[in-house]
Amino acid sequence: MTETAPAPLAAPARPSALREFFHYFAENRGAVFGMWIFAGFVFVAAFAPWIAPYGPAEQFRDHALTPPAWVEGGSWAFPLGTDPLGRDMLSRLLHGARYSFFVGVVVVTVSAAGGVLIGLISAFSPKWLDAAIMRVMDIILAFPSLLLALVLVAILGPSLTNAMIAIALVAQPHYVRLTRASALGELQKDYVTAARVVGARLPRLMFVTVLPNCLAPIIVQAALSFSTAILDAAALGFLGMGAQPPTPEWGTMLAEAREFILRAWWVVTFPGLAILITVLSINLMGDGLRDALDPKLKRS
Amino acid sequence: MLGFVLSRLLTFIPTFLGVTLISFSFIRALPGDPIIVMAGERGLTDERYQELVRQYGFDKPVFQQYLDYLWGVLHGDLGQSFVTKRPVWDEFFSLFPATLELSICAMIFAVALGLPAGVIAAVNRGKLPDRALMSAALVGYSMPIFWWALLLIILFSGMLGWTPVSGRISLLYYFEPVTGFMLIDSLLSGQKGAFASAASHLALPTVVLGTIPLAVIARQTRSAMLEVLGEDYIRTARAKGLSPARVNGVHALRNALIPVVTVIGLMVGTLLAGAILTETIFSWPGIGKWMVDSIFRRDYPVVQGGLLLIATMVMIVNLTVDVLYGFINPKIRRR
Repeated sequence: MTETAPAPLAAPARPSALREFFHYFAENRGAVFGMWIFAGFVFVAAFAPWIAPYGPAEQFRDHALTPPAWVEGGSWAFPLGTDPLGRDMLSRLLHGARYSFFVGVVVVTVSAAGGVLIGLISAFSPKWLDAAIMRVMDIILAFPSLLLALVLVAILGPSLTNAMIAIALVAQPHYVRLTRASALGELQKDYVTAARVVGARLPRLMFVTVLPNCLAPIIVQAALSFSTAILDAAALGFLGMGAQPPTPEWGTMLAEAREFILRAWWVVTFPGLAILITVLSINLMGDGLRDALDPKLKRS
Repeated sequence: MLGFVLSRLLTFIPTFLGVTLISFSFIRALPGDPIIVMAGERGLTDERYQELVRQYGFDKPVFQQYLDYLWGVLHGDLGQSFVTKRPVWDEFFSLFPATLELSICAMIFAVALGLPAGVIAAVNRGKLPDRALMSAALVGYSMPIFWWALLLIILFSGMLGWTPVSGRISLLYYFEPVTGFMLIDSLLSGQKGAFASAASHLALPTVVLGTIPLAVIARQTRSAMLEVLGEDYIRTARAKGLSPARVNGVHALRNALIPVVTVIGLMVGTLLAGAILTETIFSWPGIGKWMVDSIFRRDYPVVQGGLLLIATMVMIVNLTVDVLYGFINPKIRRR
């Protein structure tokens, strides 16, 4: 924020939309807590190579399956212990944050951009096209998301990129439905008619007039699908259909650790805990976003 | 009412055709020639190759192939497994009871704990029980269930030794399946200890698969209850001097149940996706594990058929929920 112009006298002091949003968001303590954890996660994802004590693939063969530092036999050289190949768990987890963050960002961007566009087109198009688009979305929604993602990856070949494509495709119909529903609600309002009468063209009507007023539910959905994307990518990695070893993706790490569950609890516990904490923080934030953005719930 | 049901049925048909189209395209979208994949390492003579192309109809135009496929589907012919050579339809329905049993138990677990949790949270809104229960529900909702399964195995199978790690029943027991539900069949068999064995095999998978539905039901019940508790007739009931248990448990809960039941009905897809992970981890011989194994074995007709059957099942359940909802709530019908 640099210098701001003095407020015009006529306008009563209405808080800016952003400040109002933060006011309601901050009322939900869980949401603020989630935001701080998420900020930490983003920080780790951004700076993992500099924070992590070792490289994610660096092997210390003499120290394979060292328990965490506070357990007997552990050492502070490997605070969270090492895996069967002697790789430092902490370093791998820190690097893993990058993959999860990347998956979340890519999936949300791709599915939201595509979904919002298709949803708007559907809301503005003639009835037959609208019906056709919604049937296609129904078809995608008829498949359990993980199953469809699995099959898509089977076609495309297992890799993190393909897993992201599959998850984005599966997440998309939710955006289409949401955008279409709220755009249809807005279309009946007077301001849209006014814009039409003034001569606004279709693209302007869609993106400048209507879309900003449909954003609230879309933002909440974006938060939700960020966490779902992380969970699904980890699940695919766990099933061997996502990121491939030795990538330190959390789900893939769990899959590699499975045979050691009864001998070395730490190789199983920590990657899952990392997934849980990340997803939980995003869901906490999502709840706060919904409360702050949904006018119906405000002050109720 | 009839018009409402008919209109829902009419949207079912194009969606079903679309689903058949997707499962039909699946084999054709795969990289490589499915017949060569099927032959595996052994390879094929040219003659045999041509014969198989003709047998599977790959020499016909694609449109004709799709019509043949649809014709087969409508007559219950989903092709044969590359690996076992058994019809996909038979395989699916011989494994389906295992998944159904697991899913039913998971749903019972989720409803039995989720409904009371949601009611308690709503009645104590903002107080400690509410916060504790809703925090727990959010954790459950965010849970990577494949990890949750591993943790439970470490605790209950590894440290405590209470539950087995995989399968549906101990190898010591054998009996012919009657209903396909291990819990019922083991009782019918009359063998001592069989039921206990089946139940202990079922316990962990039930908890794992039921966790996310449990969290969703608890959250949904709470918000539905909060909405209902603000209504006038609740105040009337309180003013009449009815006990809080009766007001909350009968007057409020009954009306709060409608959205909850809808959510339960629409959770079939979530359950099946969860079943894929749960069954894989616990080696549970149901359709989730069958699908994953088939994907890895490149048993494409099975993947194709399973995809179609699972999607159709989800659609039928959703349609039923939709129609039932229309019966319960007349407002929906007019939309």
